[in-house]
Amino acid sequence: MVTTITSYGRSGLADWLVQRVSAVILAVYSIFMVVYLLLNPQVDFAQWQTLFNGTSMRIFSLMALLSLGAHCWIGLWSISTDYLKHFAVRFAFQMLVGLLMFIYTIWGVQLLWGL
Amino acid sequence: MSDKRPVNLDLGTFKHPLVSVISISHRISGVVLFVGLVFLFNLFDMSLEGELGFASAQTLLLEHSLAQFVTWGLLTALGFHFSAGMKHLVMDFGHGEELESANNAAKFVIVSTVVLAILAGVWVW
Repeated sequence: MVTTITSYGRSGLADWLVQRVSAVILAVYSIFMVVYLLLNPQVDFAQWQTLFNGTSMRIFSLMALLSLGAHCWIGLWSISTDYLKHFAVRFAFQMLVGLLMFIYTIWGVQLLWGL
Repeated sequence: MSDKRPVNLDLGTFKHPLVSVISISHRISGVVLFVGLVFLFNLFDMSLEGELGFASAQTLLLEHSLAQFVTWGLLTALGFHFSAGMKHLVMDFGHGEELESANNAAKFVIVSTVVLAILAGVWVW
């Protein structure tokens, strides 16, 4: 068995499942946002703010945000282990991805709860 | 790490069938979307900042041609990533794994992406 310490769930099977569950959540969220914007082409600030102010939308958005972090990490981790052969380069890339996803997650939380 | 691990074959010397082109494009579109997050997060931040920020985000999407192109590009990348991802999920359930059905599924991803790219273009412009 190949063991890695930088995978997301410490096991390939866990990563496999997380990648699929997060994909479904992100797909549903993307469809929701596209349909919402198509149905409300004249959306104004008040309506936009009200949408993201609601508890259900905050839960939905946070779910998508956390899924995004996991999904990006697992996807880019897989890519880095396939193409970046040099340990230092691969590790630096993985740390950068991790840092960026951490920043996006905190930024997203602040946007959703700072309203 | 153990040096008994298998060495990757040289991908550059392969003749790539459609399914493998879709597979690598799925990865590329994922990277594109990841890079695009900085644009999307800034736009989202702007839109929730207040009346003024919302108006400038709107102006950006309605009048700024570079922002419109980036938006279209990201929607197209999302359309492809979504379609190829759906193919993945369907294959997880054991469908489309034979040579012919896999090829058809790959073709379906291409058709679906072209349609979504055109729709995204109509929407943005």
